[in-house]
Amino acid sequence: MLIAKVIGTTISTIKDEKLVGRKLLILRQSDETGEPYGKPYVAVDTLDAGIGDLVLTAHGSGGRQTSQTKNSPVDAVIMAVIDHLEVGGEVVYRKE
Amino acid sequence: MHIARVLGTAVSTIKDEKIKGSKLLILKETDHTGKLLGKAFVAVDLVDAGEGELVLTGHGSSARQTYLTKECPVDAVVMAVIDHLNVDGEVVFRKE
Repeated sequence: MLIAKVIGTTISTIKDEKLVGRKLLILRQSDETGEPYGKPYVAVDTLDAGIGDLVLTAHGSGGRQTSQTKNSPVDAVIMAVIDHLEVGGEVVYRKE
Repeated sequence: MHIARVLGTAVSTIKDEKIKGSKLLILKETDHTGKLLGKAFVAVDLVDAGEGELVLTGHGSSARQTYLTKECPVDAVVMAVIDHLNVDGEVVFRKE
């Protein structure tokens, strides 16, 4: 799983019928302190994450193991919203 | 499988119901001597690994071949804690 920051939303009208009603968030991968880097990507949100939240995303066939993404054309899903990250015994990120 | 070092933990309250109760570790891949490489990722801990330990991680659909992660939105697990690594007849890493 990857740590990622939610930076926006994707809106689409014409989409595969299995994606109807699914919330698609734009994310950027983050390091172990929550600092974003790299290219943005899109994942299905099943947990009602918000912009600015740090989340965990599962990829590949792992992205299709939730009740909302089973048998869907999906390769990334948000499966956890992060409360805090602890590295080296210190809290390096805490959700506001 | 990859060799990785445990950097810390990710704590989450809002998460997919299938991963409730799973311990999530922040890791970074290492080379065969335990030197850190690349970017941080998160995996479900199956073996109660501790911070600083060198571990083996399984990725993709193989990460869902355990009782704890079967049919879960998970793409990485910690499946072993490394005692020592032997390369060319020499011990290049030994757990403290």
